Amino acid sequence: MGLYLRPQTVEEAVAALAAHAPAVLAGGTDFYPARVGRAPDDDVLDITAIDGLRGIDDDGDYWRIGAATTWRDIIDAPLPPLLDGLKLAAREIGGAQIQNAGTVAGNLCNASPAADGVPALLALDAQVILQSATAARVLPLAKFIIGNRRTALRTGEIMTAILVPKRSSRAVGDFLKLGARRYLVISIAMVAGVMDVDDDGRITSAAIAVGACAEVARRLPALEQALLGRRADGALQDIVAEPQFAPLQPIDDVRGSAAYRLAAAATLTRRLLVTLSRKAAGPHA
Amino acid sequence: MTPHDAAIRHDSAPDLAAASGVRFTVNGASVAVVAPPLKRLAQVLRDDLGLTGTKVGCDAGDCGACTVLLDGRQVCACLTPLGQAEGRSVETVEGLAAGDGALSRLQQAFLAHGAAQCGACTPGMLVSATDLLRRCSAPSRQDVLDAIGGTLCRCTGYQKIVDAVLAAADAPAASASPPAGAAVGARVRRVDGVPRVDGTASYGADAVPADALWLRVVRSPHAHARFTVGDLTPLRQAHPGLVRVLCAGDVPFNGFGIYPDIKDQPVLADGLVRYRGEAVLALVGTREAVLRLRDDALPITWTPLPPIVDIDAARADGAALVQAAKPGNLLIDGGVRRGDMAAAFRQAAAVAEVVVETPFVEHAYIEPEAGWARRVDDRLEITVTTQTPYMDRDEVASVMRLQPTQVRIIPTACGGGFGGKLDQSVQPLVALAAWLLDRPVACVYTRPESMAATTKRHPAHIRARFAATAQGLLAGCEVDAAFDTGAYASWGPTVANRVPVHAMGPYGVPAVRTWGAAIFTHNPPSGAFRGFGVPQAAIAHEAAMDSLADQLGIDRLEFRHRNALRVGDATATGQVLTHSTGLAACLDALRPGWSRAHEAAARFNAEAQAQGTHRRRGVGIGCMWYGIGNTSMSNPSTMRVGLGRDGTLTLYSGAVDIGQGSNTIMTQIAADALGVEMNRFRLVAGDTDRTADAGKTSASRQTFVSGKAAELAGADLRRQILRLTNAGAEATLALDGAVLTVRDGGTVRRIDLAGLPVIAGDDVLVGVGTFDPPTTPLDADGQGVPYASYAFAAQMAEVEVDIELGTTRVLRIVAAHDVGRAINPMQVEGQIEGGIAQGLGLALMEEYLPGRTENLHDYLIPTAGDMPVIETILVEDRDPLGPSGAKGVGEPGLVPTAPAILGAIDHAVGVRLARVPVLPHRLLAALRGKEGR
Repeated sequence: MGLYLRPQTVEEAVAALAAHAPAVLAGGTDFYPARVGRAPDDDVLDITAIDGLRGIDDDGDYWRIGAATTWRDIIDAPLPPLLDGLKLAAREIGGAQIQNAGTVAGNLCNASPAADGVPALLALDAQVILQSATAARVLPLAKFIIGNRRTALRTGEIMTAILVPKRSSRAVGDFLKLGARRYLVISIAMVAGVMDVDDDGRITSAAIAVGACAEVARRLPALEQALLGRRADGALQDIVAEPQFAPLQPIDDVRGSAAYRLAAAATLTRRLLVTLSRKAAGPHA
Repeated sequence: MTPHDAAIRHDSAPDLAAASGVRFTVNGASVAVVAPPLKRLAQVLRDDLGLTGTKVGCDAGDCGACTVLLDGRQVCACLTPLGQAEGRSVETVEGLAAGDGALSRLQQAFLAHGAAQCGACTPGMLVSATDLLRRCSAPSRQDVLDAIGGTLCRCTGYQKIVDAVLAAADAPAASASPPAGAAVGARVRRVDGVPRVDGTASYGADAVPADALWLRVVRSPHAHARFTVGDLTPLRQAHPGLVRVLCAGDVPFNGFGIYPDIKDQPVLADGLVRYRGEAVLALVGTREAVLRLRDDALPITWTPLPPIVDIDAARADGAALVQAAKPGNLLIDGGVRRGDMAAAFRQAAAVAEVVVETPFVEHAYIEPEAGWARRVDDRLEITVTTQTPYMDRDEVASVMRLQPTQVRIIPTACGGGFGGKLDQSVQPLVALAAWLLDRPVACVYTRPESMAATTKRHPAHIRARFAATAQGLLAGCEVDAAFDTGAYASWGPTVANRVPVHAMGPYGVPAVRTWGAAIFTHNPPSGAFRGFGVPQAAIAHEAAMDSLADQLGIDRLEFRHRNALRVGDATATGQVLTHSTGLAACLDALRPGWSRAHEAAARFNAEAQAQGTHRRRGVGIGCMWYGIGNTSMSNPSTMRVGLGRDGTLTLYSGAVDIGQGSNTIMTQIAADALGVEMNRFRLVAGDTDRTADAGKTSASRQTFVSGKAAELAGADLRRQILRLTNAGAEATLALDGAVLTVRDGGTVRRIDLAGLPVIAGDDVLVGVGTFDPPTTPLDADGQGVPYASYAFAAQMAEVEVDIELGTTRVLRIVAAHDVGRAINPMQVEGQIEGGIAQGLGLALMEEYLPGRTENLHDYLIPTAGDMPVIETILVEDRDPLGPSGAKGVGEPGLVPTAPAILGAIDHAVGVRLARVPVLPHRLLAALRGKEGR
């Protein structure tokens, strides 16, 4: 029989981590599926009773998403259009049951190549706060997830929050997921994006991230660069070109071929640029 | 619903013993549970609190069967640690009805709409929908889909579930039982419906005795390997909870199989495994002990051998033999020959050549295999989820070397079968263990185990050549169908026999040469799956119909209509159809919608092309015929209707209701035949000690065969009553307590049933009916009368293809089915809608790969969000043999769907893939290939 610890403060949690090196559990949506057919006997640190670890707060320059915030919390929260992509991703995670239990931090720490939350947060330039018994550090999400189910989390550390930097009130986000069925489906490919425009409707910043097409979701810097200064309109899709997808390294699996994933990523990206520019132009057009 | 010892109720007085437990409320009552905090809440509800209404379908959040409300929000109880329930509110299906048992509006709507079939997903569905309805009193259809999208159903096709949720906001319709003589044809609610919606229905894993030992099967990780088992003594010493380890040598007769002369599958492998997932050892002990023991702790030494992976490898020159006694890895082959093929192709104005390749398809019933056995003196009693209690009885007797009379099978509610519960799973294992240990022994498969170990739909390689004349009449067809039957025979012979009879399609074809062969490989055994190979064959013949029609410039529906089998036509087996041949009527029923759909698709595509957008629509059609019952083999059913001394009417039915509704159908038929209201009947179903053999629930045979037996049994009882009272045929019967009143014109006679001598049990009168459909054996050329009745159907599909992503969305299906007579139109629609969902899965997403898709997130079945609008048109061309003219409908719903969808994709984008499922990457590759890119 393993240990089951359910502390009420972060201090207790990191002390327990240092003492026992347990598995960290929140929504359980990745923990239990890895243990089908047996009674789990792992040492576990359940972080869902920790005060202040759940919820979305306006932190001035940032939106602060507590580690135990569920996808349902994201869907239900009143948030600016910048976070639309994250909200759409939340709606595409599993079914309603998974959205009600699964957490944002769990999705990041599990580090699946097909994690639906990662592209949206990458496009938002999200950072993660990692806390140990002795120190806290902030890492860009892009430096946190370092491989297929590998993260930069150190022994004794727990993720306590995700920080999403604010942008201008014109900034918009969007997300597109491709799966072989509706609901409860592992993505074949997905694309998330964030776009900000100036008074003339010209793009001042753009971030595009693709998921399920490499070990880790990837940003597309060449495309982002090419978007800068352009007018946000439907013509944007014409600048999408194959070399911009060089960061992707898709694989063949039961869900799709590598070649298909690349083609789908490009198609989804073109569509995303159309909807992003429409949204960005929206109230100002 | 008694709480287990481990759980302490905590109602009013605080209990000190509960102090260490996890406290929360369940359905409003406070509980404190002493159990490991990491224990899955689903397990706690079921084991510690006795609330078995919450089902476990996957333990991985992939199916939603265990959905409960946690603080009012739906979650999977299999993903929720007990520890997280502390201080919170948990609501389960048992809490949905009012305290007095009055069903909620939602539960009533499920009954009124036929939204519960097998019932295994129903608790989860009800809870998911309750979450929605509490937040939103007038939800949209999209709201409903979003709410239930995470809960899988394999039976209904979701349409009736969505309708029921939408209707739950309204006042429930009254549930009047039809008057005497009016049950057949009425949209009657399930007679066993209430337990399915209130959580009390008991499935294979729900009624295991508290003192039962647990059995866990150790399975091969290799597709082909030799193995030895070392000394087990240290293992038993290290695990005191382990009571016994069973191996091949413990099995009295270590072979089972569907056919009496092919008992080729060992209960436990004897030194050699032939597929990944094959049973090797059975660990018997306490549940904790056998579940904790990991396979890698067992002293098994494996010597992997090269596996034969598919049909081509099995047929290659010099291929190793999967079964030593089967040269060429051929299990069986055979076919149908008729007419002058050379002449047919000489006169052809068009020839279609078709190649079709289909994969393994998994049944994916929501309830995995489960059951338990106990020894009662020199008898065995097995309580199990099954489609075929009498075959189970005989098979267990054979394995145990007992007489069939020494084995009793008590079927539980069956959480879906579709053919997958026609083979042995837990039965021989729990029987053996209970017999040897004289203790109850239970076994519940996990989802990965259910998927890896049990049978699948046969993968098929089909080559077909069809010829037609310039007048658009079929002249000849040649079909070669090879099926991967896996490592053991199972139902391979049935598939290989049935397909040649059906492979030309429901059409008149003068020259026919069809051949079916079942080939052994080192794959999981292929068995029975809704249609026995006919769905695979239909993909081929319908592709050929489209091709011929296109070549000849004839409308695809019209071409089929011109060739449809009609009364007076001879089939390829030389059987002249004399009745109930309604394909042309089905096609006529589709015509108006067909034209409209074509016009709408053309408009849509013209606009899409003009605007340069990426969606294209298409319309397709699929036809099928299906022989009801066994192929050229006797398959009798016997039913009994008893009238008790207290006036109770009992239908003793050996037919198992696996969700399709036979309990209700049989009652409707028997009630009308007797002339008494159906709500007077109680049901004894499936128990081999208390019913007569009504055959297996397969081959779409229960309504036609057992239904006819029920009709004869009801009529027999009526005849006895009329004789007893000297009344005429038009007399009416009325039961009032133990008094039976017979009114014949002005004459009224009353019988005090309590005064009659008892014949059996408490019954004073028993009517018996037996029916065996008249068939003849097929000769060497496949000529004869393989079936007494055929169902016919035509379905039309409208799809939308994303030409940039290769994805396909089915928008609408219109299904016209000749069912002879719909005994219960609501249930018939349910069968068709559910069949369509499985046909859609076959066409677009389902592909089982051994070792790679052994779960419900890599193996995809349709969710509520994938389903099109379905419109069902019932054509009732009565079959004089069937009860009130009824034929079967269980399998026909599935057969035409994939062909219709594939034809619609072809119509939309001009591409027809030889291989299903049409996964997005395959379709996109084909689209790009066509463009030459």
